[in-house]
Amino acid sequence: MNGSSRPRPESGLELYAWLFMRVSGVALLVMALLHLAIMHVINNIEVINYQFVARRYLTPFWRTYDLVMLWLALLHGMNGVRTLVDDYVGPRGWRVISLASLYVLAFIFLAIGSMVILTFHPAGQ
Amino acid sequence: MGAGLRALMVKPHEYFTYRGGPGHWSWILHRVTGVGVFLFLLVHIVDTALIGWGPDLYNKAMALYRHPVFRVGEVLLAGAVLYHALNGVRIIIIDFWPQATVIHKKLFYAVGALFALIYIPTAIYMLDFLLK
Repeated sequence: MNGSSRPRPESGLELYAWLFMRVSGVALLVMALLHLAIMHVINNIEVINYQFVARRYLTPFWRTYDLVMLWLALLHGMNGVRTLVDDYVGPRGWRVISLASLYVLAFIFLAIGSMVILTFHPAGQ
Repeated sequence: MGAGLRALMVKPHEYFTYRGGPGHWSWILHRVTGVGVFLFLLVHIVDTALIGWGPDLYNKAMALYRHPVFRVGEVLLAGAVLYHALNGVRIIIIDFWPQATVIHKKLFYAVGALFALIYIPTAIYMLDFLLK
């Protein structure tokens, strides 16, 4: 065992999923670590409140940044959990139920997250 | 799934006894940190969504996050993201440059060293509030 990942799939959807994990992974390395540095190290929960977010969302830059990060992270995580279901959930019925729940859950959270980022309008502005 | 295939599946205790080399540990950590970050992402989407209900509710939610338990959790979360990111790079290197399998142990120790180098000072800085 050399600590590599699953072998590269030959073709089709599995190959695209495999490739997506690597491309989104690199993008998230930059985006999520920068997000952590800005929101959890340079700033922190002591200063983050409604006003902080309102100011941050005045310009489209951070909204776009957060939206792209949300989609990449959620799809990356969803595909990761799909891999775990493939590995650990044996019976066919349970697999179908697990995967269906996973996709519904991911869709709902993508919808909620996108809606918040796109429709947030600071009170009194 | 047939009985033959089932016999090949890893049983829970084997996650800690099987092999146990760097390759095995890096793989376990990648899965555990991945699931942890994913679960927090779901929580984070919900807490951010509260902003739609105005300043009162959102500020109350943020006040909850100021509890020391959450602040320590935040430091653990940062560690999970950092490890997952660095180990992900190691996986990509091995995927696209098969010769790297020869030095896979060195690569794992490099991930560990880089992680410690970045994480230890960051964690100390983030936990500084405990001393105030």
